[in-house]
Amino acid sequence: MEGTTPMTGTQQLGELEVGQVVAERDLALTRDSLVRYAGASGDFNPIHYRDDVAESVGLPGVLAHGMLTMGVAVQPVVDWVGPARILDYQVRFTRPVVVDPETGAALHVVAKVARVDEGSARIDLTVTVGEQTVLGKAQVVVATDR
Amino acid sequence: MNPEIQGRQYPPTAPYLVGREKVREFARAVQATHPEHLDVDAARAAGHADVIAPPTFPIVIQELTLRQLLEDETAGVDFTRVVHGDQRFSATRPIVAGDELTAQLTVTSVKSLGGNDMVTSESVITDADGEHVVTATSTLVVRAA
Repeated sequence: MEGTTPMTGTQQLGELEVGQVVAERDLALTRDSLVRYAGASGDFNPIHYRDDVAESVGLPGVLAHGMLTMGVAVQPVVDWVGPARILDYQVRFTRPVVVDPETGAALHVVAKVARVDEGSARIDLTVTVGEQTVLGKAQVVVATDR
Repeated sequence: MNPEIQGRQYPPTAPYLVGREKVREFARAVQATHPEHLDVDAARAAGHADVIAPPTFPIVIQELTLRQLLEDETAGVDFTRVVHGDQRFSATRPIVAGDELTAQLTVTSVKSLGGNDMVTSESVITDADGEHVVTATSTLVVRAA
């Protein structure tokens, strides 16, 4: 891993403190993002790109794929620690993310150290749209010993 | 939904060959910009054989196993009422372009709560040598009719 994450050497990873914010980012999802994710992932459920279908099943609008929200929300941690150090990542899908055809959806991610263990640390993500949290129990375990 | 599917295991999926451009395509779709996902030289400099996939990429392989569950008529999971409840990936190592991966799903829990059914399954993803790469765990919520 030497040289791949110049901002954060192994030594610094060994000095994490609970409560420390390690990354924070604004992320934008648009209808284009949903179409791109549908193609990349193979999830072509029309509730993620057709307003009429979303409406017919009683949804407030076209929704982002939960897995897209999960996928983008971890990126600030990936950039901070490097992708090979992500050991475990879990989320609960607690609230759907409605993506407006014109304005999209604006996500805010805060990644904070929740626990420090021997060789690893747990980073908890707070992912919000406006004032509302959209993911629950969003936890990333990162390796700190390599 | 049939509560007796708890413990049921489906056959391993056919090998999935992870393509370099698929990794790049998926990385762009989740707004990943780390060079180890996109740049072969950067990935190799970090000790990987090729570009490595984002942490949520295993969903693509897990999806093949979830399809087995949803298409199993004896399981009785009504696809049209399914929503994704939670998701977890526990990795031994990152997925690397060139990997040939196989996944096998086991239904670990079936529960009923407030009229909704919840089915949790674990898909173990292994490489061509049979070594563990990542385990993908999902809970699907089947909303009451």
